[in-house]
Amino acid sequence: MDIDVQKVAMLARIRLTDDEASELAPQLNKILSYVDQLAAVNTDGITPTAHPHDAAMPLRANIVTNSNRRDALQAVAPKTESGLYVVPKVIE
Amino acid sequence: MPFSSLSHIQERLNSGNTSAVEVAQLYLDRIAAHNDTLNAFVYIDGEHVLAQAEASDKHRAEHGARALEGLPIAIKDIFCTQNGPTQCCSNILKDFHAPYDAHVVTKLKEAGAVLVGKTNMDEFAMGSSNETSAFGPCRNPWNTDCIPGGSSGGSASAVAAALAPAALGTDTGGSIRQPASLTGITGLKPTYGRVSRRGIIAFASSLDQAGPMTRSVKDAAMITSVISGHDSGDATSISDAPELDWLAACNKTDMKGMRIGVPKEYFVGGMDSGVRTSVEAALKQCEALGAELVDISLPNTDLAVAAYYVIAPSEASANLSRYDSVRFGHRCENPEDLLDMYTRSRDEGFGPEVKRRILTGAFALSSGYYDAYYLKAQQVRTMIQQDFISAFENVDIIATPTSPITAFKLGEKTDDPLTMYLSDIYTIAVNLAGLPALSQPCGFADDLPVGLQWIAPAWREDVLLGAASAYEGATDWNNKTPQAFEEVSGGKA
Repeated sequence: MDIDVQKVAMLARIRLTDDEASELAPQLNKILSYVDQLAAVNTDGITPTAHPHDAAMPLRANIVTNSNRRDALQAVAPKTESGLYVVPKVIE
Repeated sequence: MPFSSLSHIQERLNSGNTSAVEVAQLYLDRIAAHNDTLNAFVYIDGEHVLAQAEASDKHRAEHGARALEGLPIAIKDIFCTQNGPTQCCSNILKDFHAPYDAHVVTKLKEAGAVLVGKTNMDEFAMGSSNETSAFGPCRNPWNTDCIPGGSSGGSASAVAAALAPAALGTDTGGSIRQPASLTGITGLKPTYGRVSRRGIIAFASSLDQAGPMTRSVKDAAMITSVISGHDSGDATSISDAPELDWLAACNKTDMKGMRIGVPKEYFVGGMDSGVRTSVEAALKQCEALGAELVDISLPNTDLAVAAYYVIAPSEASANLSRYDSVRFGHRCENPEDLLDMYTRSRDEGFGPEVKRRILTGAFALSSGYYDAYYLKAQQVRTMIQQDFISAFENVDIIATPTSPITAFKLGEKTDDPLTMYLSDIYTIAVNLAGLPALSQPCGFADDLPVGLQWIAPAWREDVLLGAASAYEGATDWNNKTPQAFEEVSGGKA
């Protein structure tokens, strides 16, 4: 099967030039045709792995454990203002 | 001293023959002399290293020595550290400074270790040769025309050339064991859930595990005993994992009564003849140490790479969606709108291999394909786990080559991603099954190191350490040093 690279790139929110897309297409198709060998495996009745040790997620007490670190966390943001993250205008 | 094991340096520190500052300075000098050649470190802050060493000497004098007091340990660039940048060798995290330390970094600090810089790696740990790093390739000290393996290539190169006595790596499909094998050092991937992943930049969350890369088996045990243990900050860190006596496990000197499974599927075509010769000689040595070799079968081995290259990219595409240029990471200049900001920032920030994996994963998870790819791969994963569970009913441990090939030349495999993927054929199944495994040096082929891989049942790192210690004690492969890096301050090491 041939992958529609530009469609998948849009799902992944990655801009690709047409040159990049045409370079990637054969590579991705080769990877997918390799993994397509899985289709021939009989997996009837096999439970898919959800956790390598089939362990349940542990629960912790419902108490506050983190402090307010907004300034430190926002210090690494590309753009902030008044404690808010700034992005291009979304609503006209 | 530079090629000493961590435990030997510890003895010298404990007996007062040297200080943490002296040890740190020695390795800083070696980094200054050799890092331009190897590109093993992508970040070094000498003053900070010496300040930690001074504080360690002071702690030793005033309060006594902690588990890793004064011992230098290099850190893969995938671990968040408050000191210096954490960039995962990606342009999308260029100049990123983590607001907190990874849990394992905190553990190392609390044990008195001196953290030495950040080591080179494949971008986001996606690669087997360290060639996808945004900071350029790293080189193998045994032959600088060759790759050191990946993704923890910088950590491997640094330890093999004694730019640091030990390092931390991470292993998603072999990223500790394969570079350890290709550079002639020891690397341990603990059982999934043994070591907290908090603060380790995520690649494939159901596969990632951190572990040590060292010059001896005991050194690997020393570090793992410090970094392992439950952390409520990682929901996949196991709270009731069986405790081990890590150091006592390394006292084993023979293999009497040990049943070693040798899977026939790991000794087929595609393996270099030199690798085969070394590994078969190692197995003979194990027999001489009292072990019984048992032919076993892991029938679904052939499917491991295919299942992995659905599961790992799928998880990666989900994990890497966080690089949206809103809260951290690279943002493109003058975005026209939100979509332009996302797509252009991610195009500029991610390298080609990372894009390939994200796109593979996004495709496998996309509407209409999920059952055929992701669900199917997770079912095959269960079958691969079952293979190991059945095998361990009859044997204590499994021995295989770590890699089918020795280190290859830079650029040799970059044209064809699939060929590169297939070089991880012996390490991937272990991650899918969540098992512990260890690679240790077992010989040379064409002057390049060969690694022997041990695989144990879940939570039985003690079995790995026991077998590997007995083998190490009977051989001296771990004491070999790359000649070009033996010179130190005008004299021999």
